[in-house]
Amino acid sequence: MYLRSDERGPEMNNRLAVRLALFGAIALALFVVLFFRLWFLQILNGKEYLAEARNNRTREFRVSAPRGSILDSSGEVLVDNRTSLALQIDPNKLPPELKRRRAEFAGLAELTHSTPHRVRKMIHEGVVTSPGAPVTLRRDVGHYLVYYMQENQRLFPGVTVQRVFVRNYPDGSLAAHILGQVGEITEEQLKERQYRGLEPGDEIGQDGVEYTYDRYLRGKPGLTKIQVDAFGQPTPNGQLLSQPPVPGDNLKLSIDKPVQEAGEAAMSSTGLRGGFVTMNVHSGEIIAMGSYPTYEPAVFTRPMTQEQVNALYRDEILAPLTDRAIAGLYPTGSTFKPITAIAALEGGFLTPEEVIYDPGELVVGEQVFTNAGEAANGSVSLVSALEVSSDVFFYTLGLRMWDSGELQHWAHELGIGRPSGIDLPGAAEGLLPSEHWRDQLYKEGETDRPWSAGDNVQLATGQGDLQTNPLQMAIAYAAIANGGTVVTPHVGLQVDDAAGRVLREFDPKPRRHVKIDATYREDILEGLHDAAQGGGGTSCQVFCNFPIPVAGKTGTAQRPPYPDQSWYGILAPYPDPQYITFVTMEEGGFGVEAAAPAARRILEALFAKELSEGSSGSESEEG
Amino acid sequence: MYATKARRARPEPFAVRPGIAERLGLPYMDFSLGLAAIALAAISIYTLAHATAHDVPGNPGYYSDRQALYAVLGLVGMYLLSRIDYSRFREVRVGIYTLLCASVSLVLVFGFAARGSRRSFDLPFFSFQPSELGKLLLVLALAGFVIDGARRGSPWQRTVRYLCLGLAPAALVFLQPDLGTSLVFGVITLAVMYVGGVRWTHLAAIVGVLAVAVAFVLVGAPKLGMPILKGYQQQRLTSFFHPSEDPSDAGYQQDQARIAIGAGQETGRGNSATQTRLDFVPERHTDFIFAVIGERYGFAGAALVLSLYALLIWRALRIVTLSKNSYGVLVAGGVAAMLLFQVFVNVGMNLGIMPITGVTLPLLSYGGSSVVATFLAVGVLQSIHVQARLSQKGRFAW
Repeated sequence: MYLRSDERGPEMNNRLAVRLALFGAIALALFVVLFFRLWFLQILNGKEYLAEARNNRTREFRVSAPRGSILDSSGEVLVDNRTSLALQIDPNKLPPELKRRRAEFAGLAELTHSTPHRVRKMIHEGVVTSPGAPVTLRRDVGHYLVYYMQENQRLFPGVTVQRVFVRNYPDGSLAAHILGQVGEITEEQLKERQYRGLEPGDEIGQDGVEYTYDRYLRGKPGLTKIQVDAFGQPTPNGQLLSQPPVPGDNLKLSIDKPVQEAGEAAMSSTGLRGGFVTMNVHSGEIIAMGSYPTYEPAVFTRPMTQEQVNALYRDEILAPLTDRAIAGLYPTGSTFKPITAIAALEGGFLTPEEVIYDPGELVVGEQVFTNAGEAANGSVSLVSALEVSSDVFFYTLGLRMWDSGELQHWAHELGIGRPSGIDLPGAAEGLLPSEHWRDQLYKEGETDRPWSAGDNVQLATGQGDLQTNPLQMAIAYAAIANGGTVVTPHVGLQVDDAAGRVLREFDPKPRRHVKIDATYREDILEGLHDAAQGGGGTSCQVFCNFPIPVAGKTGTAQRPPYPDQSWYGILAPYPDPQYITFVTMEEGGFGVEAAAPAARRILEALFAKELSEGSSGSESEEG
Repeated sequence: MYATKARRARPEPFAVRPGIAERLGLPYMDFSLGLAAIALAAISIYTLAHATAHDVPGNPGYYSDRQALYAVLGLVGMYLLSRIDYSRFREVRVGIYTLLCASVSLVLVFGFAARGSRRSFDLPFFSFQPSELGKLLLVLALAGFVIDGARRGSPWQRTVRYLCLGLAPAALVFLQPDLGTSLVFGVITLAVMYVGGVRWTHLAAIVGVLAVAVAFVLVGAPKLGMPILKGYQQQRLTSFFHPSEDPSDAGYQQDQARIAIGAGQETGRGNSATQTRLDFVPERHTDFIFAVIGERYGFAGAALVLSLYALLIWRALRIVTLSKNSYGVLVAGGVAAMLLFQVFVNVGMNLGIMPITGVTLPLLSYGGSSVVATFLAVGVLQSIHVQARLSQKGRFAW
């Protein structure tokens, strides 16, 4: 110890000097460290930190734009929006302490009628899928909850109530398959060009016209850039940028609501799965189109229960999301016969006057093809063969054309088994059986035999391997009826802005023109007219008392092992048809039993004005 | 500067009437030391006036006015202390030590609880935080015990005795809980022992035990399920090792402080400073006031502040060498170590190179107890200086 005396001044002995020198050196070193660090932060990296600070204090809020409404052809609303309040949480603002976090989860669980575990899971999933974005805990919260949250903001750090627009369907499931749904943009979609500028959490059309016309309906989200403090609270006068959202434009469809309603009612009243379409034969505008079973698009605006998910996605038989009118894959039965007739006439395999004897069956090689019900129609020409739906007549035509490819050529030209160009997603291409197709399959060992006459005989009456749907059949009938124009079917008519000005009209050009001899067309229409309203016609029992002249064809497709499928295609009015209506019902039996009455109900709605003007209202009600 | 002035002011030995400066004792004081302390307090008031103008609605001068009042109080205290002989504190060391222990104990019982810890007495005009003044009291008392016990017991016994005397109040403060101040107490204890001549081997042993203890507290105890630190303390201390891991917890504060300082660049952002104006940096008037200076006044301002601290500590170390007695050496050494530790830990925490421990920045951090106590500590340094000058005067009969 160097401390000899505490009264006299200490001699600055060496040991104390060494210790003080070391003390000073340490002090110097510490200050050097501080200065160097300060210099490093402010001089060397100042720019980056300044940028970070700027970024820190601004928050960008996307203000979602209301989607445009979807209207029917007369301007009636099919889909619009309602505002809804959504409870959102910013995961970055959750309290760091586990205890407070737990307490907040518990509180949120109570408010959202959930469990703390589920709340945590939702937040976790949200963070994984779109980091940085707020997670929506519950949509459609009530106003009382908003007031509660505002009063107790401190208890729920990071929780905000956001006003969001939710799709509103005033008519429930009406036209669900045409309208489609909106949903949050997926990760894959974010990468697509058409969705450039969108962000995770944005909603886009995922099906139906919502999908096809998304860029018109979507609108442009607004952007508000504000200065915020550390708690995310806006500072006074801190608004840096404000771009109001641009609402989406309205889309007017060619759909006519009363006709659509009639069609869907007709389908659901039978309870049979199937689809229908009514289309303008000249323009391709679809007046009504539907599929049964259907669904409520509104279920997509709320969280779904497992039961709902199962019913929508897992039920392969009912498959309510499938639009059977455009995605169905069915043989058509006798409704195919007009196509066969055109092919035979134009290909020179038949003249309009030629009479073929129908003994009730046709033997091709070892196969025997019989009429439905094994009836013998005797001598029939084209018109009468269509009226009574003589299978043997058309078997004969199929046999005559079996290796010429003429039937396939004409069916293909008329749009069977190929994309129709409709402005809806999910349309099926279908299958038109041909020599090339079957021989190819045979070569690959997928089938037991090559193309044979029997295949073409089947196709001539719409049986066998044919896979098509009401829309393709409607296009083919429309082309026959309008003299050869293969229209592009479409539901989108025009885009209007909020003020009602027309921004764009959709009038897609026909796919192609085929040359159909006018006399052939007249003969076929006459045959179809007789089939619907002639005394011996196959659908006379449904349409003979219909006041407006029509031309319609029944079809009964065999789909072993299932019961027969009912088809009906009808052009109206005869002899200058404006509309084609096609109806099919799975397991509906004969065409006249299920599909034709449904078609009649559609026509009654379609011609409601004409029917009420004529005094024959009582007659039409008997249908 | 001081030297020339003092020399000019210094009266002739035969002068009968001393001048006013002489009577106030000014010529014997360390002018630079006082200047550094006053400049830092002034910077604090200026900074608070600008940075906290909107913190208390309707009262823009809430913090700066109070800080100014505390500074004036501290200045008066500093002057009064400089005028009495610090050596008297050695005689009342037991009383001082008792006062220290009593005040930090009482605050545990009767103190005003803020944010879960009891650190201060809520007095009518301000809340008094005994542990701030306690730092100075510990220096004064412990230095006395070291002088007093210099010849009693074996070196080991002495070491253990000093350690116990120093760590008892440190433990009481730790219980408040105030980790930062208890660390300052510990550093004071070590510094006084170091300057007091405790053997190197003993010091090495203490540091070794400390290292093991820290490792145990931070890593071992939580793993064994008996955490000694509170959750937030643990998190603050360890988040320093991974500052950016989670922007919502303790590392966030440090991130924000670092961003604030960096954004200040050369000359600062003045009133367009956002980090410290918009609450991104927490506790901007107390623990993180250095970040405010860094952002508002840039490298120029922050470097000036650091320079003033360097001046302050240099003068304190110089006073150690000037002291007329060993007690003064120990007291000045303890005060110098206290200031150095607080400055380094607080500024280091702002700069993101030290963990968050809640150590205040002497004279700059808002708070009456801290400002007054620091001024008093400077006053004790002045007293040592004055006594040294006076004794030199007597000895050499100027």
